[in-house]
Amino acid sequence: MTTVPKIELSGVTKSFDNKHVLRGLDLSIAAHESVVIIGGSGTGKSVMLKCILGLLRPESGSIKVDGEEVTKLRGRPRDAHQAKFGMLFQGSALFDSLPVWKNVAFKLIQAQGVKPKIAKERAIETLASVGLSPDIGDIYPSELSGGMQKRVALARAIASKPEIIFFDEPTTGLDPIMSDVINELVVKCVREVGATALSITHDMASARKIADRIAMLYEGRIIWQGRTKDIDHSGNPYVEQFINGRADGPIKMQVRRW
Amino acid sequence: MNPLALIGHTFAEFLSAVGRLAFFTLRVIKHCFRPPFYWKQTLRQCVDIGYYSLPVVGLTTLFTGMVLALQSHTGFARFDAESAIPTVVILSITRELGPVMAGLMVAGRIGAAIAAELGTMRVTEQIDALTTLSTNPYKYLIAPRVIAGTLMLPLLVLIGDIIGVFGGFLVCVYDLKFNAANYISQSWQYLEHRDVSSGLWKAAVFGFIITLMGSYHGFHSKGGAQGVGKATTNAVVSASIIILVINYLLTGLFFAGK
Repeated sequence: MTTVPKIELSGVTKSFDNKHVLRGLDLSIAAHESVVIIGGSGTGKSVMLKCILGLLRPESGSIKVDGEEVTKLRGRPRDAHQAKFGMLFQGSALFDSLPVWKNVAFKLIQAQGVKPKIAKERAIETLASVGLSPDIGDIYPSELSGGMQKRVALARAIASKPEIIFFDEPTTGLDPIMSDVINELVVKCVREVGATALSITHDMASARKIADRIAMLYEGRIIWQGRTKDIDHSGNPYVEQFINGRADGPIKMQVRRW
Repeated sequence: MNPLALIGHTFAEFLSAVGRLAFFTLRVIKHCFRPPFYWKQTLRQCVDIGYYSLPVVGLTTLFTGMVLALQSHTGFARFDAESAIPTVVILSITRELGPVMAGLMVAGRIGAAIAAELGTMRVTEQIDALTTLSTNPYKYLIAPRVIAGTLMLPLLVLIGDIIGVFGGFLVCVYDLKFNAANYISQSWQYLEHRDVSSGLWKAAVFGFIITLMGSYHGFHSKGGAQGVGKATTNAVVSASIIILVINYLLTGLFFAGK
């Protein structure tokens, strides 16, 4: 029996102004699986997520979600496609004009037409599940620390119980303890919601904790993938250099972003 | 570099910028007329654009009306034509100076604010976050601003017209010792319905342009604080120039052959 992968990318290419960011990316993610993409800065990790979300359009290749080709979607079907996703952004990307609870309840109120009173209750429940007290709900995101903002952003990403959740560098810019707190919340939330998770990071501690499977992106292609426990004996010099954080090796650091 | 190539390159860049703006405009207009509508956002923008611009527009038109009376007096007194001053003031204010001065002031106030706000939302990924929360940024962010600008500017200009004419009245009656009743009756004598309505139509077009240019530059800003600053400048400068050019074209249209 063959099951349809939740997300399937094959031969995806994307370039900006003659700079090839994705050069034939293949990746397949099963339902309820948690996959972490590792790779250095500027290797196209964020671009990949934006292509799957439909925020960017790849030049060639196919992206299928639930077996449906999504790269050419427009209008209503595209909205329906995007409604399946929740995303935790690198900089949290909370709406600073809205109090915390309205951020968390945003999709419920604006897109699903839930009454504000009920939405607020659900927002407070979701905040509790990421370890935040109800009184946080009424203050504004700018008054919170980076770690707290991350938690609120996580609550916002899971509040509508999406089928697929993307985590864009969930621990970047946090201290090690807060990183671990966020990692545990990510694992817990993904399990509770029963979602398929795709994360990108360059924090190996985080990758080991979150992932069922790890894939390494280098120069726009997946150069290695395997189960989390196999990463320490991958036999791949690129992966070994990356997970051990060595400056010398086959990967040469790009100085310019593009 | 070959100078011809430089000219060609610049021209091609210009054409592609015009094309991008044209597509953006069409998309914005489309989203203004298609549900879902965010009434609350629209109302908030109406208050922001209409109500809070009143002091700026009021002061600008007041002093414009005053200086207009003063200047025409120094000129017209040379050939005993002081009696034409009320007509000159009311026609200049309602046809030209009301809408143009208000348009330029609001371009500085609102166009800059929109570009800075949307630009910051773009560089902090809040606009992408909207999409992942099933909310179309064109509908949620841009349409309310453009609708509010197009509706509020005519109201602002109507009030500005009244204040401007009153400014001329103040100078003539208290400084130049005109008879107040005569001034008012002379003001009305040659005023046509069309003089005021053409100014209000212009105002609606200016309101559309200001909010459109603010949104366009903010929405497409990139590269952090510097990018947002550039977007803000471009929004104000481009809106101001387009207002002046369109003003000329509209005047030709409204009063052709009259």
